[in-house]
Amino acid sequence: MRNVLPWREPAPAAGTMGEPLTRGRFGAYGGRYAPESLVEACRQVDEAFREAWADPGFRGALARLLAVHAGRPTPLTPARRLSEALGVELYLKREDLTHTGSHKINNVLGQALLATRMGRRRLIAETGAGQHGVATATAAALLGLEATVFMGERDIERQALNVFRMRMLGAEVVPVTTGSRTLKDATSEAMRHWVGATGDSHYCIGSVVGPDPYPWLVREFQRVIGDEARAQCAAELPAGVPDHVVACVGGGSNAAGTFAGFADTPARLVGVEAEGGAGAARGRLGVLHGSRSLFLQDDDGQIVEAHSVAAGLDYPGVGPEHAHLRDLGRARYVTVTDDEAIAAAVRLARTEGILPALESAHALAWVIRAAGDGELAAGSTVLMTLSGRGDKDVSTLKELL
Amino acid sequence: MTNALTAGAVERHLRARRDTGRGLLMPYVTAGITPGWTDYLRAFAAAGADAIEVGLPFSDPTLDGVTIQQASQAALDRGASTRRILTDLSGLPDLGVPLVVSTYYNLVLHDGPRAFCEALGRAGVAGLIVPDLPVHEADELTDVAAEAGIEPALLASPSTPQERLAEIARHSRGFVYAVSVMGTTGERAALAASAAELTERIRRVTDLPVLLGFGISTPDQAREARRHADGVVVGAAVMRRVLDGAGPDELRSFLMTLRQALDQECDRPR
Ligand SMILES: Cc1ncc(COP(=O)(O)O)c(C=O)c1O
Repeated sequence: MRNVLPWREPAPAAGTMGEPLTRGRFGAYGGRYAPESLVEACRQVDEAFREAWADPGFRGALARLLAVHAGRPTPLTPARRLSEALGVELYLKREDLTHTGSHKINNVLGQALLATRMGRRRLIAETGAGQHGVATATAAALLGLEATVFMGERDIERQALNVFRMRMLGAEVVPVTTGSRTLKDATSEAMRHWVGATGDSHYCIGSVVGPDPYPWLVREFQRVIGDEARAQCAAELPAGVPDHVVACVGGGSNAAGTFAGFADTPARLVGVEAEGGAGAARGRLGVLHGSRSLFLQDDDGQIVEAHSVAAGLDYPGVGPEHAHLRDLGRARYVTVTDDEAIAAAVRLARTEGILPALESAHALAWVIRAAGDGELAAGSTVLMTLSGRGDKDVSTLKELL
Repeated sequence: MTNALTAGAVERHLRARRDTGRGLLMPYVTAGITPGWTDYLRAFAAAGADAIEVGLPFSDPTLDGVTIQQASQAALDRGASTRRILTDLSGLPDLGVPLVVSTYYNLVLHDGPRAFCEALGRAGVAGLIVPDLPVHEADELTDVAAEAGIEPALLASPSTPQERLAEIARHSRGFVYAVSVMGTTGERAALAASAAELTERIRRVTDLPVLLGFGISTPDQAREARRHADGVVVGAAVMRRVLDGAGPDELRSFLMTLRQALDQECDRPR
């Protein structure tokens, strides 16, 4: 399914992807739909984040951690052979080259530093693909915090490598056995756990979802992807700005961070969802996990389970800011199938020597399709965020190929 | 603050009973859990309930512990839905106690808060509890609920600052739901220490009835809760029995032990 909403000429409204409106709103979405027991904790996170983000000392400490520990800035890699075959100019923003192998580390280092500043001694996290869990375990080890990671039983099976990594790093991994036993249920369980642990623990949410201020806070911590890419494009692209900016969307954090760097340019923003987890493309208004956004639901209003070969996209909703960007027509959300994503992963491996995460392969699959059917005009420039590396997916791929 | 003129049916009913010195009892049942689930409502009324909380099952009950999670899933597996449950309720004779629906905000938003409240009203429901709708997001519901004759009761938590408690009390209808503990629903070995302090803080800002819930599972705990609050909500302790196969008669006996404990407590000199 494509062209969910027709293109509108991007009119980069002032303020798009700036601070949310009052009450944490992105247009009609967002908000703080948290149980009363978490409202005070959310307020404290909000207050601490505002202070920290305005503090050059905090920004400097984070920038340094990102540089010396996570390996930033990440390169912008021209995908030469694939570009030639597709007839477009494709550039990859290489989040797969960060320490721990995905963009999740950007957000986690920010939140872990914030947690330390707030005097918390433990991080709570949910994880799907395990990348956010690994990043959380890593940041906790680095800063001397404890980490408890909730993970669906089904994901524990298919991302066994990451479970082992988390435990190696000293984190406690708690299997979640309810519901679909994937990211949605892990998130519910992490929130339940936080209710009883607000005094000493920070909930380190892994995407641009959850109650205010999380969708905004996580986007700001991921903005480094877009800011770096913007400068790299300015230096390396003849036009300075790419024609299209593409990223995969689970909850939407790598996409939000990437889009934030280009919201005020004429670049067309494309979020690529999994066919079976298309909250932005097919969701309906609802409230889950603390915010008002778009969620896959049945006719009775029950949340429907998502299905994707990529555990990180196996989520029935999308962050509230993406719902808003969709309504504005500023970004467009499309879907690709498991098979398309797997084929794209193999193709990138064979043409560029890069094995992408299956999540990231979704973004590439759309580029391949759109170049093939003329949606991407010949010769257009495309910036795609390669959100993570594929090591974690080799056992899944081994079974499927 | 509401007064007797603007008070709705739930508030009037609970105030009247409280004024006789009675400790209030509001048992909970997950609607649709068994084919004849409304028989539990009759049993609750017969056991001396003062209001009954009817839970509309939701796929992702983020504030519930394992017992109510399991009950919700079991009800959904049986095909329970808001529409079917409200149909079941509208077929009931008057039980003499107000029905208070509880559910997550996603189900309220599904057809819109107005349509949802009107449907509740048609089914004979008088009150509403939405645990993931805190006071600062509640306008959208409270405005239309009043027009439909539904009283939305808001939750207060041990972590709620005093100023915010006043705000909650101002917007709450029917009663104030005091969450006894920083945790999810579920049986607990003892009443949390935070319960007494919270109830006392709520009393400073309102004279609405205050019901204490989350973790109250035994007669002793009910008795202790009654020392601080006007009454108790009992959910997981009921639903664990239902999940274990207990029928309406067994639940009636169980609730009568709580009823007696509450009555004994109010006979004591206070
Ligand atoms: C490599 C990778 N990409 C993308 C995602 C999806 O998350 P988001 O949409 O928040 O970027 C994940 C989530 O686990 C991931 O591990």
